[in-house]
Amino acid sequence: MTAPAFADVAVGAELPQTAYPLTREALVRYAGASGDFNVIHWNERAAKAAGLPDVIAHGMLTMAQVARLVTDWTGDPGAVTEYRLRFSRPVAVPDEGGARIVVRGRVEEKLDGNRVAVALEASVDGAPVVAAARAVVRLG
Amino acid sequence: MPLNRAFVGRTFAAPEPYEVSREKIREFAEAIGDPHPAYLSREAARALGYPDVIAPPTFAVVLTGRSGENPIFDPELGMRYERVVHGSQEFTHHRPIRAGDVLSVSSRITDIRDAGPHERLTTVTEIRAAGGELVCTATNVLMSRGTAAVEVPA
Repeated sequence: MTAPAFADVAVGAELPQTAYPLTREALVRYAGASGDFNVIHWNERAAKAAGLPDVIAHGMLTMAQVARLVTDWTGDPGAVTEYRLRFSRPVAVPDEGGARIVVRGRVEEKLDGNRVAVALEASVDGAPVVAAARAVVRLG
Repeated sequence: MPLNRAFVGRTFAAPEPYEVSREKIREFAEAIGDPHPAYLSREAARALGYPDVIAPPTFAVVLTGRSGENPIFDPELGMRYERVVHGSQEFTHHRPIRAGDVLSVSSRITDIRDAGPHERLTTVTEIRAAGGELVCTATNVLMSRGTAAVEVPA
């Protein structure tokens, strides 16, 4: 995909919507790569005993998927200067079928230094799982 | 049991710097399922103007989450990890983390407060390259579920 140019990007422009699958295997891989071995991410019995609906995805794995919408759009993952979000609902990842995160983004603001702020949304089965998600990215 | 509020204001610097390798970046990129070439190929990263492969925007969590390098893992804090979920996260990147970086990590617990029946713990981490250049500031909020010392109406 051609990288969007700052001059051509309009406030309100939608980024291409994407969906990312999450499976138990992905959680195990992410636990190993990130070093976050909290039992709630791989042990269903422990997750339920802690009052959670099922094994839940690492928040940071969800955050990585949401970022990907922006970095795939710009083509330069090093151009993200600010990135924040709140985790508003745990992402349960059932043993069978896993979960599917749908990510949307919209250009919210044009800033100095050829940067744009992108407002982001992520949902699972239609229910939002993040809030106040925003990335600031530098464009060419 | 509520968290030990004496930890507010406490700073913990990792005893050794973290050396970022191409292979760790590759492993992390594969774990998040993102095959962007700038994470995997030095040539692709160079084409974008970077001296070596760069790390995904959330890679800094590898540095902030290691036990022994973050005050949240001190047993005296009293955190029970199965009660903890991630509340929010914020990164400010001054430049991308890249292979070959030797990074020092310093974390400070800036706030612990009740949030209804839960407790909310905020940690701010600074990641600096050799020479002191600030590369990334990360603000992490953890929710400790059901541990507040409050009377919850039945």
